[in-house]
Amino acid sequence: MMIPESELKNIEKLRWQCRRGMLELDVLLEAFLDQHYEMLSPRLQRHFLQLLEFPDPVIHSWCVGGENPDDEGFVELVDSIRATSVA
Amino acid sequence: MALEKQRFDTLILGAGGAGLNAALQLANANLKVAVVSKVFPTRSHTVAAQGGVNAALANVLPDNWHWHMFDTVKGSDYLGDQDAIEYMCREAIPTVYELEHSGVPFSRLDNGKIYQRAFGGQSQNFGGDQAARTCAAADRTGHAILHTLYQQNIRAKTHFFDEYFAVDLIQDQEGIILGALVLDIATGEPLLIEAKTTLLATGGCGQVFRTTSNAHINTGDGKAMILRAGLPLMDMEFFQFHPTGIAGKGMLITEGVRGEGGYLINKDGERFMEKYAPNAKDLASRDVVARSIVTEVREGRGCGPEADHVMLKVNHLDEAVIAKRLPGIRESSKIFAGVDPVKDPIPVFPTAHYVMGGIPTDRFGRVMPTSDDDGDHLPGLYAAGECACASVHGANRLGGNSLLDILVFGRLAGKSIIDYVRDNPSHRPLDEANVEWAMGRLGRWDNKGDGITVSDLRKEFRKTMEDHAGVFRVEEMMREGVEKVRAIREKLADVRLTDHSSTFNTNRTEALELENMIDVGLSIATSALHRKESRGAHSRPDYPKRDDAEWMKHTLYWQEGDKLDYKGVRSQPLTVESFPPKERVY
Repeated sequence: MMIPESELKNIEKLRWQCRRGMLELDVLLEAFLDQHYEMLSPRLQRHFLQLLEFPDPVIHSWCVGGENPDDEGFVELVDSIRATSVA
Repeated sequence: MALEKQRFDTLILGAGGAGLNAALQLANANLKVAVVSKVFPTRSHTVAAQGGVNAALANVLPDNWHWHMFDTVKGSDYLGDQDAIEYMCREAIPTVYELEHSGVPFSRLDNGKIYQRAFGGQSQNFGGDQAARTCAAADRTGHAILHTLYQQNIRAKTHFFDEYFAVDLIQDQEGIILGALVLDIATGEPLLIEAKTTLLATGGCGQVFRTTSNAHINTGDGKAMILRAGLPLMDMEFFQFHPTGIAGKGMLITEGVRGEGGYLINKDGERFMEKYAPNAKDLASRDVVARSIVTEVREGRGCGPEADHVMLKVNHLDEAVIAKRLPGIRESSKIFAGVDPVKDPIPVFPTAHYVMGGIPTDRFGRVMPTSDDDGDHLPGLYAAGECACASVHGANRLGGNSLLDILVFGRLAGKSIIDYVRDNPSHRPLDEANVEWAMGRLGRWDNKGDGITVSDLRKEFRKTMEDHAGVFRVEEMMREGVEKVRAIREKLADVRLTDHSSTFNTNRTEALELENMIDVGLSIATSALHRKESRGAHSRPDYPKRDDAEWMKHTLYWQEGDKLDYKGVRSQPLTVESFPPKERVY
């Protein structure tokens, strides 16, 4: 199902969706939202919204655990998240 | 606009392992159950539990529940209630088998039995050789359990209020809890949930400290609601600092790393745990390891330019072993610490990880409102998991016993609630004045104008807690800390939101969380200041010995007047002889 444009711009909703059960994801996803999200193409923004629907260990395995998503569309997004500065 | 109200047999606040396991018992018994969670249930902090769940299955080494009980009593530094501990250790075995039958994918031995890992504090034969007691589903045990319980709750038609924030408990003139005022985060609309019984399962409060392994959601919401309802918290001075968090960041490096052969070194490359715990070494109890690390740093043997951490060495292990047994540790270290543990040691320092104290309950999950040793429970109110204190962890929790706690006592609270609702089938009348009070507390955040920001006060508060109520605690520093936190509590009145919108207003949610954290923080700082001994996770260099004659008792803290009282430890188990206090040596 196509994610509507309005959902892509609902930053405060996305901020709450970045609240996870793992500190690592809290830190990484919130930093990504603040630093990079609004500069992404609508295609990658949609992938980010889809990513947030995955279980925490799956997101963790991609963004922190070094595994790559099967879906090529996610690979570019996950690479950007990994490159987020959390210092 | 009139406040919307909904009625349920049971209201459960929190959707981690304890809440979901209780909900499942209730929904399967055809009770009408509401589960309120501020995040989607499978994003609860249980998902982060990597290590596993203890049960004396004896699949790898000889074991039995009585040895597990001994280790837990000893680990608690004799502050745990031995009736509850016996019950938990006995129930561990059927609990794990029940999870196995429910579909939790535990790691296996070649013979098909559940794999069990050696963790710190586990022994055979009452303090003998190392035991292997922790059952794990790779490093995703918490997720596997949470996912399984959530799916079963959906099937059992549990009603979930996802992304609702619980503001306050509602009570009547007699102090009976009638449900809670909650806030729909998506719309900003309040909702009153009336319930015949209420279970608090809101998890821990590690966010009160600046360096913590806890997720951002762990702000002690249920504990703070209990305080504001005029009820006590128990043993809040006992806060476990996991010895190996990534230095300066807080992310956990699992104890399993040391279970698989990793060890700690100081700036001289010395394996220092050999001198603090000659037998168990790096697998000594968590408080012993945490204190040893801080001692090394305080005495000038820390690593790095600031000499403010030690190193966890794993690069002597085979790369394939790290990949197979400890997946995730390597990448996590690269991202958050900037080192590859296959090549270099990981910089680590103790990180606030788990609070042993909480809402005092008996072993049926019923909340105990007084310091009377023979006092009765408060009818209809229950708590389970890290927000509760059934007192199975005492002054120090053993690795692998927290998942066990939430599963055993979540289930038992559920069963207790079923009995209560059967005997008390009607809702009690609402006390409108109490509803108004809760609505007023929520409405206070609509005040506009200049003021302190939520983030500024939160930063000041968390640093104060870390500096004044952390791993090492001395009188003057702690007394100053209590005063500082009280002053911070006063400043709350001057905090103003920078965002007054209705939908997904994270600023408002974080303000409500900050109130909760400060309430809970003061219970920690006050309880710790007044316990003049060292026991388990509570270490006082000015009172370095455990003092059983004076202090083998539980602390109770009430918010009104920051009042403290004490109650006795239940040292008599259910069916076996009591384990008398001994010096805790590993």
